[in-house]
Amino acid sequence: MKISAFHLMPHRDLPADFEARYESVWVTPPWWELADAGRVGQYYNWTLDELIYAARAGFDGVCTNEHHQNAYGFMPNPNLMGSVLARATNGTDVAIVQMGATLPTSNPPIRVAEEYAMLDCISGGRLVAGLPLGSPMDVNLCYGVTPLEHRERYREAFALTLRAWQAQEIFAWNGRYYQLANVNLWPRPVQTPHPPIWVPGSGSVSTFDFAVEHDVCYCFLSYSGARSARAMMGGYWQVVTDRGREPNPYRAGFLQLVAVAESDARAEALYARHVEYFYHKCLHVPGPWFAPPGHQDHRSLVAAASNPVRRTENPKDLRYRDFVDKGYVIAGSPATVRDRLLEEVVRGLRVGNLMVLLQIGSMPHELTLENIDRFAREVLPHLRNVWDDEGWVNHWWPARLRTRAGAREPAPAGARPA
Amino acid sequence: MTGERTESVWQGRVRIRVRTAGSGPPLVFFHGSWGLDWDPFLDALARRYTVVAPEHPGTTPGAPDDVYHLDGLWDLVLCYDELLATLGIERAALVGHSFGGMVACEVAATFPRRATHLALIAPIGLWRDADPVVNWALLTPDALRARLFHDLDGTAARRLVPSGDADGAVDARVRLTWAMGATGKFTWPIPDKGLGKRLHRVTAPALLVWGADDRLVPRAYAAEFARRLPVARVEMVERAGHAPHWEHPEAVARLVADFLGAAEGAPRADGRGAAAS
Repeated sequence: MKISAFHLMPHRDLPADFEARYESVWVTPPWWELADAGRVGQYYNWTLDELIYAARAGFDGVCTNEHHQNAYGFMPNPNLMGSVLARATNGTDVAIVQMGATLPTSNPPIRVAEEYAMLDCISGGRLVAGLPLGSPMDVNLCYGVTPLEHRERYREAFALTLRAWQAQEIFAWNGRYYQLANVNLWPRPVQTPHPPIWVPGSGSVSTFDFAVEHDVCYCFLSYSGARSARAMMGGYWQVVTDRGREPNPYRAGFLQLVAVAESDARAEALYARHVEYFYHKCLHVPGPWFAPPGHQDHRSLVAAASNPVRRTENPKDLRYRDFVDKGYVIAGSPATVRDRLLEEVVRGLRVGNLMVLLQIGSMPHELTLENIDRFAREVLPHLRNVWDDEGWVNHWWPARLRTRAGAREPAPAGARPA
Repeated sequence: MTGERTESVWQGRVRIRVRTAGSGPPLVFFHGSWGLDWDPFLDALARRYTVVAPEHPGTTPGAPDDVYHLDGLWDLVLCYDELLATLGIERAALVGHSFGGMVACEVAATFPRRATHLALIAPIGLWRDADPVVNWALLTPDALRARLFHDLDGTAARRLVPSGDADGAVDARVRLTWAMGATGKFTWPIPDKGLGKRLHRVTAPALLVWGADDRLVPRAYAAEFARRLPVARVEMVERAGHAPHWEHPEAVARLVADFLGAAEGAPRADGRGAAAS
């Protein structure tokens, strides 16, 4: 089991009436009314400090991601953060999990291949290369990519990235969206043939197929918890089985919001308002923006329209206890948190690469460190060996980190050869 | 009654259903981003013209993925040139609504001899920073209705975005969404793909019909088109939004017919040039 600390780098001081006053947290929130560059500099540094703290506290990896023009999480280039983290964690066995730079917003997309290769060089081969499609808000609304072309661009860029990392010869790429006459990447990654690849998705069948076909780790970045993800992840595992792949739990990643305190009651006292801030303000986006026409291919559109999932509940109608009861957030005492994580997420969804979001919404720096610390000491050690008895190899983790040198636990006994 | 046939262009890769009705000189109608729905406006035109209404690539039922064979606007314009050739239409009056108006302009600018007249109903294709065109693809159904129509409770408004879970309503919403997605290929994120620097090539006289209450493409664009087209005049339709031909089909059809009839030598389908009746 690999457990990584994920960070969004949100705005932590949005006004109490934010969601009533403004159209959206994404694309259109007015910077000059809502933010201050000096304060935002503080957020970036807190974010780095929190992730470095997690790395030192025993997490297996640290995750950052890319979003644009928003107050929900604004690291427009996660590789800037990743490079600080890579440098700061040299000498440790912590993976730099970029979840990651978005290919369709990078032009030409070999920019991502180059920056990831740099991170792999700086970190000495500790990079996990997340290659997300990117959200419609980022890619279509902020960066102007035509929804109908979004997936095509991604797939072309994905193929280009893999070839650019591995090609022994200089090659010409005469693509539909990208034309490069001399692809000759400098630098190349330390890991061969390339860093492990994770592809985040949100449940579309075509992404399951893509992930299994390319033998990558499929990651569901969920804000509505494991219970609502069960059918979806079941669909993923079905595709894995149908395609004749082994049901290795490390093929699956999952992001879970977690808040730990000495007791369930104390967790509510400490975290309730930050959880509500996250769901009420940080996810305040007009519905149509999540699915501009053309973003879903016709097959998926028809499937979604003819089998409408039950109307998703509006998080703005829910309060802390609802979020906890429904598993959107796993919060409470260390025993509560580890039992629920194990039962609902790790075993329930068959997840080998767990990501936890421990800085939630407006959660201040000191409280975040407390959450990280408590998780690292009282939850993480109980989860680390979960899959060891099955003997799977985590092919989707940097090879030199699969067994932590000097780790607290021995290497998995029955690990299969890579 | 309308007839329909499906033609293949682009080496058979792009299937386009063409709906036709009426008799008289040929009139090609290019629909907007919301799909082709044969409507009373087209019926009114069909009383005097042979109305030929193709569906934009991807919007023809059963052929949603054909649009992926086109790389961009240039390919689309060439597809329509091939389609007109396939249909045996050498020259015709080109009529278009919104995105269809942009397509009509692009065809007329690329192949000036193909257009005898241009009748443009609230066309897109130009951009003014002071009057941004609203991105219709990002609106809720209610907001879309409010942007498109002057009378939100009228027949046309209710027909465009049906609500409820009946099969017909679900299918209609899928068609509407996919029509916006497929045509968005040629308009996202700003519906200005350089038409302004090509409009001078148009030789056909142009009519611009605009709803006085257009809340999607501000009426300032009427003057912008008129300024750039060699010969153009503007007709404003009161109590109409972005689709005046849906809200006032007879009146807008009359404006178009008057324009076509007034101009000399509207040709027949065989291209030999008989005046419209």
